[in-house]
Amino acid sequence: MKHRTFFWFILPSLSAMVLFIALPIVSVLIQSVFVAPSQVLVTTQSCGPFGCTETTTVDAAATAKAAEAHPLGRFNGLGTYLDRAHLATAEVAQAWHDSPTLGAFVRALMTLPFYSALAFTLTYTFAVTPVALLLGLAVALAVNALPRAIRGPTIFVSLLPMIVTPLIGSLILFWMIDARGIIGATLQWLLNDPGLSLKASPALTWLTLILYGIWQQAPFAFIVFYAGLQTVPHETLEAAMVDGASRWERVRYVVVPHLAPLIVFVALIELMDNFRVFEPIVGFSAEASATSLSYAIYSDLSGEVPRFGSAAATSILTVIGVAILLAPVLVRTWRDFNRKVV
Amino acid sequence: MTFWKISALAAAAVLAGSAAYAGCGLKSGKVAFLGNDFPAVQDVVAGAKTCAGDGVTVSANLNKDYQKLQVAALTANPAQYSATHVTTSSIVPLLSAGLLRPLDDLVAKYGKDLEPQQLIKIDGHVMAVAFMANTQHLFYRKDILAKVGMEPPKTYEDVLKVAAAVKAKGIMPYPFALNTKAGWNLAEEFVNMYLGEGGSFFKPGSAEPSINNPAGVKTLTMLKDLVAYSNPDYLTYDSNATQALWESGNLALATLWGSRGGSILDGKGAAPGVVENTVLAGAPTVGGGKIPATTLWWDGFAIAKNVSEADAEASFVTMVHAISPENILPHSADAVWLVKGYKPTPASAGVIATLQEGSAKSYPLYPYMGLMHTALGDTLPKFFQGQQTAEQTLADAEAAYTTAAKAKGFLK
Amino acid sequence: MDQSPGRSPRMLAALSMTLVALWVLVAAFPFLWTLWGSFKVQADFFSMANWRNALWGTQTMAETGARFTGAGYYGAWVEQAFWRSALNTGIVVVFTVIISLTFGTLGGYALARSGHRYAFWLLMLALVFRAMPHITLVSGYLLPFFAWNLWGHLGTAVIVLVAINQPFTLWMLHSFFLNIPKDLDESAMVDGCTRMQAFRHVIVPVMWPGVITTGLFSFLLAYNDFTVTALLLSQHNQTMIPKIASFLGSTQVEGKVMYAVAAVVSATAPLFVLILFFQRQIVSGLTAGAVKG
Repeated sequence: MKHRTFFWFILPSLSAMVLFIALPIVSVLIQSVFVAPSQVLVTTQSCGPFGCTETTTVDAAATAKAAEAHPLGRFNGLGTYLDRAHLATAEVAQAWHDSPTLGAFVRALMTLPFYSALAFTLTYTFAVTPVALLLGLAVALAVNALPRAIRGPTIFVSLLPMIVTPLIGSLILFWMIDARGIIGATLQWLLNDPGLSLKASPALTWLTLILYGIWQQAPFAFIVFYAGLQTVPHETLEAAMVDGASRWERVRYVVVPHLAPLIVFVALIELMDNFRVFEPIVGFSAEASATSLSYAIYSDLSGEVPRFGSAAATSILTVIGVAILLAPVLVRTWRDFNRKVV
Repeated sequence: MTFWKISALAAAAVLAGSAAYAGCGLKSGKVAFLGNDFPAVQDVVAGAKTCAGDGVTVSANLNKDYQKLQVAALTANPAQYSATHVTTSSIVPLLSAGLLRPLDDLVAKYGKDLEPQQLIKIDGHVMAVAFMANTQHLFYRKDILAKVGMEPPKTYEDVLKVAAAVKAKGIMPYPFALNTKAGWNLAEEFVNMYLGEGGSFFKPGSAEPSINNPAGVKTLTMLKDLVAYSNPDYLTYDSNATQALWESGNLALATLWGSRGGSILDGKGAAPGVVENTVLAGAPTVGGGKIPATTLWWDGFAIAKNVSEADAEASFVTMVHAISPENILPHSADAVWLVKGYKPTPASAGVIATLQEGSAKSYPLYPYMGLMHTALGDTLPKFFQGQQTAEQTLADAEAAYTTAAKAKGFLK
Repeated sequence: MDQSPGRSPRMLAALSMTLVALWVLVAAFPFLWTLWGSFKVQADFFSMANWRNALWGTQTMAETGARFTGAGYYGAWVEQAFWRSALNTGIVVVFTVIISLTFGTLGGYALARSGHRYAFWLLMLALVFRAMPHITLVSGYLLPFFAWNLWGHLGTAVIVLVAINQPFTLWMLHSFFLNIPKDLDESAMVDGCTRMQAFRHVIVPVMWPGVITTGLFSFLLAYNDFTVTALLLSQHNQTMIPKIASFLGSTQVEGKVMYAVAAVVSATAPLFVLILFFQRQIVSGLTAGAVKG
């Protein structure tokens, strides 16, 4: 395709992305290497309905004047990336130095917000993605084997977990798993443990979030794989059957290889989405036991004094994390692409 | 399309209705209000809308996330909103950025109906006008107290004793609760208790943190002793959860927001025997201190700096009219109003009792208090989950705060 | 691949039937429970005493005098004017899907047909764009949007959703177009068509399955969005999901939780219809594309 034609075809899509994603990313990058100008503080008296107290306020005019020369704030280089709220290089070195055992070092690491968030984010990503993929594939194979008449309704029901907004879905489930909710109470009865609460311990909270993640992500894998199954060539399957291949062997040697590109596509999307896990943490009120990188960003931005620079740095780290996770897939795509070009 | 028809009818109704009061003495002006979305604020907005008419337009945008929009909306010049809802804490970023218009001249001209205590003065200048108050205080069940033969608690030490007695008698396994959800709520409980212990968050005259001290440790210890009488799920308890717990009759004592009193006492959804035995009392003290272990909160309005003089004046007049006794007093049940002639209701008894104590403190107004609050909310759960000692946790909170305060230019 | 039950061993068939049955139960149960509970009062559906109250409607009986109540629906739709949010969602969703697909089809087609290296790098760049947390992007929009008076309008939310959704749309449609044989449009161009004419007359007629599938995912994104719509729309233009979130109350004020439950059920209902209607298209659409991606 000619450069000029390509340009006109891609223009609308590209300009939307440049305006609303690329430019903001540049601004986020810039903000992450600056910190706010020094605030000029003055001690004053404040009075209100509950009496007067001595307090401190920012002298907005003086601060603005002092910062006039540097509208972006003070240049901080990678300072924000390395501070305690992010990579915490100084604190990690200190912990390494102070910890007699590896266990103690890991425990010290987990008190740092970035690493405890990363620990959950990675656990979640690597627990949910493969299981959701496998479950999706298994359900797709099973639904494909159903009589035609009931396939439609089954597909429809299977998509339910995906089509409801996660924030609301997890709020309702959060109640159902309460010790007094239907799932929580049933579990207590099944396990014969009247003190069981899925919300009380970090381990159970992690488990709950991961199970929810699988439940919510499996339908996407399911629908894509089910569609893929419709295109498995009939002849190959029949040939395999003539050769006496068992059903399992057919799946292993014919179906899965045929679905391989789809599995890569779904894995790519789900890895990315799981790495940015956020809504379930809020929906399940799991902040005490599980935080993720996206949650850290949310927490920075929703405080009474929003910390945009800090959120910007975490966002860039998230993007880098996603890039690392996807690197194998990207290399594959690059090879495929070059093959296509040749 | 019916939608347009309905809108047209509604608009016509508003116009017709407001013609009677039109203008509140105003000739022209554009009033746009940004605020939180709850009944008391809706009452205020309804009052403001009665000023619309002729050349005056009154519009409102009520949004739960108003606080996230506020600074950006008022930074624009001209500002998108001429008046905004502010609270004890949400006024801080606006003040720090210099986005509020001092109101001294307008108060002098139009504020004769305002009570002096409604005026929020910073450094001698009126920056906002308060219209309602709120605080967390004690709720107790008098029937349960009678069962264990104990007096209503005045201190958190008494609360522990009552809770222990209730538990020992086998009346309830988890007789006490407070809003201990990890994050903002838990940090707010720390702030309350820490002020009750007489602590201060910062070194005098600076933004240096000073919470890692005996008062801080005592605060954490007291909170941990208290949640020992709470359901093990307590780190997920927000106000909705604690209110539901109270209404279900599973609690003998609780520290809840005063604004929840009304909906608890309305009896909707409550188990039998709960409503008639619920008593709203002032906030307890702690550790032999004299100050109730709670913080007082107000809600009010402020006027944006980046609007024309005419709009600012129109907005002030409209908002003062909106919170005037004749507009507000019919809604006495919706809030503890800070206006002339407000008569306490049973639902506001706890807030009034706490206010009458006289020594209770307002939520601190430091520009960096929000950073401290977030730092506390993020770090405290580790202590409650038994992963850290009180000292370690407080040191972590200080470190988290210091990092944030440096990035925001409050500390070098 | 249509396995008739006779061919697979009975054990396997039973196993796969069990799996489907279990999965259907797990997938549908929370919704059935919510649907059922939406006709109860809060003290039943969220009962602190006994979850079975939600089955028998003990409190519902006490409060309303009947086993079922439509109070949640009445409150949400009539009292809180949920219809307006539904209308706003409708507008946002329709325009987001149309614009997303228009942009995405053109871009995806170009990416699929261009052999140049930059096409690959553009696809990679799109992935990086997709990795950016939305909340950071949205917070960055606030200041300029307020300054230029763009904040609060439905159009702004639409264009932001389109942009945020472009990377996924591009990727998906790109892989669909890869599956449409090159010869098709290239022979048309040999016959003297321009690229645009070839696209219009040859590609457009065969691209619908892929476009419909991609459209469905765009639809779900716009329909379920919270981050963008909650922070970029004024109260008058609020869409359904932020409206539902606003029913949940705040720290100081009790929420109307049953309104939220009823609204969730109401908001899911059109999706049921949509999925049923497009079910065939999703499947045939995905079949046409992505597979050989």
